[in-house]
Amino acid sequence: MNRLSKWLPLVFLILAVVYPFTISDSYTLTLLAMSFIWTIAVYGMNLIAGYTGQLSLAQAGFFGIGAYTYGVLTLKLGVNTIVALLAAIVLTGCIGFLVGLISLRTKGHYFTIFTLCVGVILSLILEKWESVTEGVRGLIGIPGLSVGSFTFDSYVSQYYLILFCLVLSVFVSKRILHSLFGRTLQSVRNSEDLAEALGVNVMRTKILSFALSTMYAGLAGGLYSIMIRFIGPDISVIDHTFDMLLYLIVGGIGTFWGPLVGTLLVTILTQWMQFLAEYRMVIFGPLLVILVMFLPHGIMGSIAKRQMQRNLRKMEQATIAAGDSKRVGRQLDA
Amino acid sequence: MEQFFQQLINGLVLGSIYSLVALGLTMVYGILELPNFAHGHLYMVGAYLTLFMMTLYGFSYWPAIVISVLALVVIGVILERLVFNPLKDAPHINAMIAAVGVMLFMEATARVLWGSDFRRLESPYEGVVNIFGLSITEQRIIIIISALILMVALNLFLKKSVIGQTIEAMAQNREGAFLVGINANKVSMLTFAIAAGLAAAAASLAAPVNLVYPSMGSMVNLKAFVIIVLGGMGSLPGAVLGGYILGLSEGMISIVNTNMQDLVAFLILVIILALKPAGLFAKEAR
Repeated sequence: MNRLSKWLPLVFLILAVVYPFTISDSYTLTLLAMSFIWTIAVYGMNLIAGYTGQLSLAQAGFFGIGAYTYGVLTLKLGVNTIVALLAAIVLTGCIGFLVGLISLRTKGHYFTIFTLCVGVILSLILEKWESVTEGVRGLIGIPGLSVGSFTFDSYVSQYYLILFCLVLSVFVSKRILHSLFGRTLQSVRNSEDLAEALGVNVMRTKILSFALSTMYAGLAGGLYSIMIRFIGPDISVIDHTFDMLLYLIVGGIGTFWGPLVGTLLVTILTQWMQFLAEYRMVIFGPLLVILVMFLPHGIMGSIAKRQMQRNLRKMEQATIAAGDSKRVGRQLDA
Repeated sequence: MEQFFQQLINGLVLGSIYSLVALGLTMVYGILELPNFAHGHLYMVGAYLTLFMMTLYGFSYWPAIVISVLALVVIGVILERLVFNPLKDAPHINAMIAAVGVMLFMEATARVLWGSDFRRLESPYEGVVNIFGLSITEQRIIIIISALILMVALNLFLKKSVIGQTIEAMAQNREGAFLVGINANKVSMLTFAIAAGLAAAAASLAAPVNLVYPSMGSMVNLKAFVIIVLGGMGSLPGAVLGGYILGLSEGMISIVNTNMQDLVAFLILVIILALKPAGLFAKEAR
């Protein structure tokens, strides 16, 4: 626990809470809320790719499942919105669990290729299963979330709802990673054989981690439906997975604050470069390559590394100083 | 019955294209242990280059293909030098992410330079041949025959020439190859060159039958991945066999239901990996 990670989130949270009072323009609020939604999904990605070391490329597919679960349940079946949002998380997690059962028997490259294809299958299903998802027409007029008689329909209230969910997701992530289970994940990432030798049930750990990571995607998808009110099959296309991967790499894969920093930074930059809309990936594609080559730990990872080096140096100097003072003392005695 | 034979020919055409793409993908995997997600986009660039050689510079079909293949060979080598060679000792996940970056860049660049609209590549072989009461376009026959010629040529190159054998040796046993003094850098550049060249050839052959557009490589690439998982990552005969199997399965399925055509590949993949997590003919479990 260094100082930075203590005050940074607090400052961020205060800023995020106060922000709507200072500026009441709906555009930036929506933009921020949107990047919070992606941040939640990227936290899930970080769990499986960053901490468990298995790169899954199906995240956008699970995001789609979450969005469509909420949409179909509320719009077509009139289910209570809170129940529908919870159902979106649970159902996505269940499907994630089933996919994990099959896909995690494979390792490394095979797993990545397999999940890439799973992502494509999921988005194909959302597009072709017209009786449920309305196919390319999409679902229109999805109701917002309502608690009792209060409905989150203003921009500001939705913003706070999504911010609340983000804080909750971050908190849950923290609890997971600081638990025994979280340590187990990292042991699996560092060496599956060693973890196995220490009595870790590697398969179960990986499947749990994968299911959890998809639940984040499910929650993010549900929130997306709540905010945008209209969904089409193109929300689950692979491009979104690659976007999330970019956010994660920029922020720092396998670091705790990486998803938040990376997602906010890239989405805000993208907005600034609105005039470059079509050139976006012409810039970000090579950026991804350069990052992986020269800054593989992203922003947060590099900061943490520097902090560690500094601490090491301090410790060295301290030991040298301690040694010196001892020697001086000895000489005086003599 | 006639429909069956028609789809059989279609399946052979698809299989020829898939096999050529999968061959390059599997070679790169065998040498660099890298699933190159950008491979399908090399295919796309190859199609565009052939198209422009014909429309802008007035080359005829075959010379245009040769130029496109040579250009892609250069691009392939540049990619290997710039991106994948520096990453060969990094964790696997890094090289995969870099491949995704290259892929995003290529597709976006194609969109910016050439727009997102679909284009047609006019082949000089628009005629129709009648064989046993089946009408087949000349272009399809050319695809099937050219693919066979390319595969035989590749096989001869790898088996009979010294340079080709260095690739074969390195794919079989890395350490052994180094012990007998094979230059890893040269082999990996050559592998990328061949893979990109094959992709360009496949795309140029297929373009008159399909259309040319920036994301034309994505689906082909996914299917090529399914094929090399089916045939064993790094196995050349596996890639050829897998390519034809997938092409023919797609052809047969489309008799029943055309909607299913794209799903077949993924269903095959799910079934294989559910039964054998290390792939069907894996040399070793990874």
